[in-house]
Amino acid sequence: MCDTCGCDQSNDEVTIRKPGEENNKHSEHTHEHDGHTHSHSHVHSHPNDHKQEHEHNHKHEHQSHSHERKIELQTDILQKNNLLAERNRGYFEAKNIFAINLVSSPGSGKTSLLERTILDLKKEIKFFVIEGDQQTMNDANRIKSVGAPVIQINTGNGCHLDADMINKAINELEVENNSVVMIENVGNLVCPALFDLGETKRVVIISVTEGEDKPIKYPNMFASSHLCIINKTDLLPYVDFDIEKTKQYAHQVNHHLEFIELSVKTGEGMKEWYEWIKTFSKSK
Amino acid sequence: MHEMSIALSIVEVASDEALKANAKNINEIEIEIGTISGVEISALEFSLELAVKNTLLENAQRKFISIPAVAECLECNFTFAPTTFYEPCTSCGSFTIKIIHGKELKIKSINID
Repeated sequence: MCDTCGCDQSNDEVTIRKPGEENNKHSEHTHEHDGHTHSHSHVHSHPNDHKQEHEHNHKHEHQSHSHERKIELQTDILQKNNLLAERNRGYFEAKNIFAINLVSSPGSGKTSLLERTILDLKKEIKFFVIEGDQQTMNDANRIKSVGAPVIQINTGNGCHLDADMINKAINELEVENNSVVMIENVGNLVCPALFDLGETKRVVIISVTEGEDKPIKYPNMFASSHLCIINKTDLLPYVDFDIEKTKQYAHQVNHHLEFIELSVKTGEGMKEWYEWIKTFSKSK
Repeated sequence: MHEMSIALSIVEVASDEALKANAKNINEIEIEIGTISGVEISALEFSLELAVKNTLLENAQRKFISIPAVAECLECNFTFAPTTFYEPCTSCGSFTIKIIHGKELKIKSINID
């Protein structure tokens, strides 16, 4: 079943491709009834391994008495995602990789931030990028043109990346030791908050053209982030955005949250962001 | 609409556990959802109606238990019940609080035969 709207299509709309693989027919597949017969090869992402629990026939007949019993589980509903996220985290740790999960609303400047960061730091740090969007290869193409290996996850109708998609993407990308992996999540301040990807740090980006009350409107995202980047500070003279108010709101939600104010366009404040990356990165 | 992802996870986890116990059927499932977990019970209920089709959970009675948020103030150790992530301590006014309950997303139990 589809992960997003519950239609009978399973979640096969998710594609994971590198730039240049746009017309790759390998990501297409056909369905034959509900038995999941796929005619395709590789990069097939499926966040949930749907098992065929139905048609579960017991051959042994029970007696007429009831076997009804209660099992206390206390199981985390997201345990499967969380387990996979921990596997990703172990992979990153073993390979000395600093993995950042970038989250924000659409249009806050995530891709532009990545482009400039890669251009400015690529001599010092090896970057690998995982792009998440519902559709198009546009962001992956932008990242490729600034010279970083990139893979695009298109979630179809999905509203967030999950640990399984990242697991497949890092294998496809052949991420190197001592590198920095930038994961640009789907632009959405709600759903990605719940899904641990195994990242080392979560960075939430807000731009000054948005409302300063975003942190209390979308508290789950700000509560689960380590760093808040306030972008487009060059536009401050033209908008009614009170940075101190935003910080105050964000600190109400998460008193550990750090802040960096910057403008990707003018470069103001970028140095502080680079220092932050270098603090955690093991690259030489 | 991440509730559909959550619903499918519930079906998967509950079905796996039921099969481990050689169950033919799940009669009832108890699900605990914290009030500040980021999941709305009404949206989850809607998603589950679709997600349980053709599974062991298809005819199971679904019981939702809402877990109220509980926070502890890190300044004065006062325990109180916030309705959001960003409420000050009701005793000393500090925002330096720690959420103890309210983020739960759990399957509490299943009733099988």
